[in-house]
Amino acid sequence: MTNITVSGLKKGGALGYLRPATVEEAVAALSARRSTVLAGGTDLFPARVGRPCDEALLDISGLAALRGVAETERGWRFGALATWRDVLCAELPPLFDGLKAAARQVGGVQIQNRGTIGGNLCNASPAADGTPNWLALDATVELASANGTRCLPVAEFVRGNRRTARREDELLVAVHVARPAHPARGTFRKLGARRYLVISIIMVAAVAEFAPDGTIASARIAVGAASEVAQRLPSLEARLIGQHPDPSLVREKDLAPLSPIDDVRATAAYRRDAALTLVRRAIADLA
Amino acid sequence: MRSPALPHRFLVNGRDVEAIAPPAMRLSDVLRDVLGLKGTKVGCDAGDCGACTVLLDGAQVCACLVPVAQVVGRSVETVEGLAHDGRLHALQSAFLRHGAAQCGICTPGMLMAAADLLRRVPSPSEAEVLDALGGVLCRCTGYRKIVEAVLAAAHGGAAADPAAGSAVGARLVRVDGVAKVTGTDRFGADAFPERAWLTLRAVRSPHAHARFRFGDLDAFRRCHPGLVAILTADDVPGTNRFGIYPTGKDQPVFAEGYVRMLGEAVCALVGDAETVAAIRDEDVPISWEPLPPVSFDDALAGAAPDLHPHAPGNVLCRGRVACGAADSALASAPYRATIAIETGFVEHAYIEPEAGYAERIGDGIEIVACTQTPYMDRDEIALILGIPPERVRIVPTAVGGGFGGKLDLSLQPMIAIAAWRTGKPVRCVYTRPESMRTTTKRHPARLVAEAGCDAEGRLLAFRFHGDFNTGAYASWGPTVASRVPVHAMGPYRVPNVRATTAAIYTTDTPAGAFRGFGVPQAAIAHEALMDALADRVGMDRLEIRLRNALRRGDATATGQVLDHSVGLVACLEALRPRWQALRAEAEAYNRSAHGPFRRGVGIACMWYGIGNTALSNPSEMTLGLKADGTVTLYSGAVDIGQGSNTVMVQIAAEALGVSPQTVRLVAGDTARTLDAGKTSASRQTFVSGNAARLAGLDLRRQLLALTNAGTSARIVPIPGGVEIRDGERTIRPDLSRLAADANGDVLVGFGRFDPPTTALDADGRGVPYATYAFGAQIALVEVDLELGTTRVLRIVAAHDVGRAINPTLVEGQIHGGIAQGIGLALMEEYIPGRNDNLHDYLIPTVGDVPPIEVVLIEDPEPLGPFGAKGVGEPALIATAPAILGAIEQATGVRVTRIPATPDRLRAAILAARS
Repeated sequence: MTNITVSGLKKGGALGYLRPATVEEAVAALSARRSTVLAGGTDLFPARVGRPCDEALLDISGLAALRGVAETERGWRFGALATWRDVLCAELPPLFDGLKAAARQVGGVQIQNRGTIGGNLCNASPAADGTPNWLALDATVELASANGTRCLPVAEFVRGNRRTARREDELLVAVHVARPAHPARGTFRKLGARRYLVISIIMVAAVAEFAPDGTIASARIAVGAASEVAQRLPSLEARLIGQHPDPSLVREKDLAPLSPIDDVRATAAYRRDAALTLVRRAIADLA
Repeated sequence: MRSPALPHRFLVNGRDVEAIAPPAMRLSDVLRDVLGLKGTKVGCDAGDCGACTVLLDGAQVCACLVPVAQVVGRSVETVEGLAHDGRLHALQSAFLRHGAAQCGICTPGMLMAAADLLRRVPSPSEAEVLDALGGVLCRCTGYRKIVEAVLAAAHGGAAADPAAGSAVGARLVRVDGVAKVTGTDRFGADAFPERAWLTLRAVRSPHAHARFRFGDLDAFRRCHPGLVAILTADDVPGTNRFGIYPTGKDQPVFAEGYVRMLGEAVCALVGDAETVAAIRDEDVPISWEPLPPVSFDDALAGAAPDLHPHAPGNVLCRGRVACGAADSALASAPYRATIAIETGFVEHAYIEPEAGYAERIGDGIEIVACTQTPYMDRDEIALILGIPPERVRIVPTAVGGGFGGKLDLSLQPMIAIAAWRTGKPVRCVYTRPESMRTTTKRHPARLVAEAGCDAEGRLLAFRFHGDFNTGAYASWGPTVASRVPVHAMGPYRVPNVRATTAAIYTTDTPAGAFRGFGVPQAAIAHEALMDALADRVGMDRLEIRLRNALRRGDATATGQVLDHSVGLVACLEALRPRWQALRAEAEAYNRSAHGPFRRGVGIACMWYGIGNTALSNPSEMTLGLKADGTVTLYSGAVDIGQGSNTVMVQIAAEALGVSPQTVRLVAGDTARTLDAGKTSASRQTFVSGNAARLAGLDLRRQLLALTNAGTSARIVPIPGGVEIRDGERTIRPDLSRLAADANGDVLVGFGRFDPPTTALDADGRGVPYATYAFGAQIALVEVDLELGTTRVLRIVAAHDVGRAINPTLVEGQIHGGIAQGIGLALMEEYIPGRNDNLHDYLIPTVGDVPPIEVVLIEDPEPLGPFGAKGVGEPALIATAPAILGAIEQATGVRVTRIPATPDRLRAAILAARS
C-alpha cells in the first residue's frame, strides 16, 4: 500500500476510497495503485448489486477541472465530469443537436443528472448513447497521467465491449470537438421497446457540414448497439458529399461495418433492418 | 479492500446531519440504515426503478447510485421533508385525492421527482410531467392518476373529500393513504428492529439442473468469523417441502443434493450483513455436476427425464371442460378459424423485493414480512418447522406490490429456520436479481384453439388445448390448469366445447400465480378467433362479440346457468359509440399520408370467475365496539395496494350504519384477525367484503337488540360512546357495564362468507364460481411499419364490477391492469438467467400508458356485498388481445408469438409481404 496524501482526507483516511481535489493528485493515485474510477456512479453501482464495493475507488467528482462544457479557441471542450444535464443546458450550435437528443434520452432524469459523458465513454458499453455521437462529431479524448497528457480520436479510444485504450494510470479528462469548417447540423435517432429508461436496440448519430449551396460538404454517420463498438459508415459518408440530404442515397451495403448480435432486446436480423431505417431517417433529419 | 466508516456531514431536509459510514456506501442505504429515514425505498439498487429518488441540491437523483462521500456539504431532500408542521405538501394531498398511490412503494420516488419538476416548472404541461417522472417505475397505478395528481397539484383545484357518512360508492381516500404519501408506511425491509441484525443470504445454484455435494461447510464457517451458521436441508426441523396444495408439496426450502432450477437455494449464510454480502456463492465449497436442462420443448416431446417422481412425463396435472360434441360441430360449422399462440414468462416486477424477519418467541415463531397470504404462510411454516400452526404468527407488513407473486413463500421458510436454529431474530432482503431469478412468474403458454360459427356469426363450437410451462415446482400450476378450461372460450355462449390443459414441469423458474391465472394468455387466443370469425363472416368485430355475449339465463360450458350480474352486453353497448368513432378516426388517419405509420383499433372481451375454482375459500371477519364507542374492523385481508383496507372499512361502515371515518382498522395479523383467505383470484371485495358486511350487520343487530331499537334505527358515534336514534327515541347504552374481550371490545360482530360453488366432474361440469366479472376494452394503436414499434394511443375500458364500492380504487385497478396488459402485449418476456433486472426486463414506463377512458357498469350481484364483484384480475385480461387485434387492423399481421416486440412484429410484417 502506497501512502498518498490527498486533500480532503485527513486522519482515518480511507485507503479504499480516495477523493482528490486536483488532477495531479488523481493521476498520482492512479499511477500508485490500480483503482476503479468513480464519477456519477450510474454504471459502477448497478454492477455491484448485492455485494460490497470491495475494490479501491478513486472518486473524481471533486475535480473542478473536469467539469463543464466550454467553447474554446478551436472548438468545444466537454469536461469528463459534464453530466448529460450539463450537455442539455449548455449553449451549443446545431452541430450538437444529436448529442443533446441523446442527453435527453439517456435513462431517466435521475441518470441525466448524475451520469457523466466521461463515464459513458470509459464504461464502453456497446449501447452507450454517447459513443456514436462522439464518432459523428469526430471527437477526441484527452487522457492525463503522471507522465503528461495525450489525445486520441474516440474511434481509437473505444476498443470493444467494456474495453478502451485508457491505461490503468490514465484519467479521461475531457472530450474535444473541433469547430467545423462549414455550418453543421447533427441528429440522433434511438430505438427502444418503451418510451423512457431505454437501452438502445439500435441508434444512429449523424453530423453533416453544409457548403454554401446547401449540399453536404462532409458527413459522418455512426451506428451504435449494432456491433461491439459503434461504427461509422464510410461508404455512405463518401456518397453524401456534394448531395443534398436524401434518404434514398442510403444503400444496404453501407451497413457492412456492422456486426449485430441476437440478445434479449432484439435479433441481429432486426437490428440490421432497423439500422437501415434509422440511418435513412437520420439523413432525412439533416435536410 | 473495504473502506472504514468515516463521518460525513450534510443537510437532510434542511437539518444538519453527520452520518458515520464507509464513503462508498450508497446514499439510499445511509438514509435508511444510518439515519433511519425509511421513506426512501430501494427497489433495484441499480438506478432502474427510481423508487429511491431523492433531491440532491434540488435535482432528482437515484440515491442508490450516489456514494455518501459525494453528498458532503450538500443538501439532500427526501419524502420525509415534504410535509411541514403536520400539513401535507400539495403533491401529497393531490396523490391522496387522485388515488395516485396504490401499494405506495414507488410513491416517495414519484413525489420527489414531481417536486423537482414543480420547482423548476411551476406550471408544467403533461409532456413535461411525463419527462420528469420517466425515471420512476410504478407497477400498480398505470401512472395516469399520478400524472393527473401532479398536474392538479401544479394547477390547483382541490377536489372536496367525500362527505362524512357516505360509505359504499364514495371516492373515499384510502385509509392507509397518508402513511403511503408521507413515507411512513412500513414495507418488508422497513420493519426491522435493531435486534434483528443477523442477516441471511441464500447460496443459490448457478445451474438450471444439477447434482451437488457440499465440501467442508464447518471449516468454511470457521474461516469467516462473522458467520453464525450455514443452514442446509439437514437443518430443516420439520418437512423440507412446501407448496400451495395440501398434497403434492414438491419444493424444498434447501435443495437435497439436486437442483431443478437456476437460483435454487442450496444453503443459507447467516451472519452480520457485511460478512454474508462479501462471500460470493462460488467461494462456498460446493461441487456441482451439471445435468442437461429440461426445456418446455423437451418436456412436451416426452424426451426428458422425469423431474419429480410423482409426475410421469413431467405432467403436473391436467384440466378439462367439455360439453356437447365439439369435434363434429366444428367439422360442420360454416365458418371456422384456428390460432396457435405462444407466450413467455412474465415477471410480476413489483417494485418491493421480498423482505422480512423472523423471531423465535418461546416455543413459537413470528414472521414479519411482505405477503399476500398470511394464513397459508402460517400453515406452511408450521409444517416446515414441525410445530402446530397456532405457534406461528405471521404479521404482514405493507406490501409493495404483489400481483400473485407474493402468494408463494419466498424467504419466509429460510428466516424461520434460521431464527429457530440460532434463537436470534434473522432478517433477509432479496436483491432485485435474486427476486427475479427465484420467485414465480406468469406461465408461458402454448395454445391451440379453433372456433366455428354459423353465417350469422353465432358460435357453434370451440376447441382448445393449452400447455403451460409450470417450471421446476408446482406452485399454482394446478390452479392455472383448472381455471383456464372454464374460461378458454371467452365470455360467450358456445354449445359445443372441449377445452383441455396441461401443466408441465421443466427446469425453468417456477410459474405460479400472476393476475389472471392463465386466463390472460387464453384470452389472447379466443379473442384472435373472434376477430378472425368476424372477418370471415363479414361482421363488425364488436357486433360479433355482442351477438355471442353471455346474457342472463345463459349456461356456461360447465353447465352453470348465470342468473344475475352478467354485464357484458352493457359493456359492449357502452363501448359501441367509441368503437365506431375510433375506427373512423384510424381509417381517416390511414387514408391520409403518414409515412410508415398506420393506426388500428382492436376490441376484446373477458370474463373471470371470482374466487377459487370449485373450492371452498371462506373469509371471516370481526367488527368490535369498545365501551368508548370506538369501532374496530379486524380484517385478515391483506391490502397489496389494491385498496382492500379501504374497501373493507367502507363495507363494514355501511353495514353498521356509521361513517367510514369512525371505523378503525386492524389488518392482517394472524394473532389478531381471523382468516380472510388470500389476496388473489379477485376475491377480497366479493368474499372478504361479504364477511365485513356480515360482521357489520351482526354488530348492528347486537347493538340494536341491546337498546331495543328498531331495525331502521341510526347508530351515531358520539364522544365516549354511541347513540342510537330510533325515531323520536335517543338511547345512549352504557357500554361500560359489558365485559370487554382481550381487544377491549364489548360487542363483537362476526361475519363469514364462503362463495357457493360445487366440485366439477370429469368433464368439468358444475358451478366453479359463485359469480363472474365481465369486461371489454378497446385499444387504439399506432404502428411504425418500418420498425415494428407499437404505440398505444388510447384505451377505452368498460367493466361490469357489480357495484363500485370505491370508484377511485376501481379505476385504479383498471388503469393498473391495463398497464400490465400493455406490458404483456408488447414488451415483457422474462428469460431465466438472462434478464434478472429492470433494465433488460422491460415494464411500461409513464410514457407507455396512454389516456384511459373507464366506463363502470354496475349490474349488481345479489351475492356480493352491496352488489359488488371483483376487478383486480379482470382489468388486465382484455388489454393484450385488444392491442393485438389493433395491431392486426393497422398492419394486416396477427402476431402469435407474444409479446409483440419490435423485432417480432417487423419480422411478421416482412414475412406477410413476401
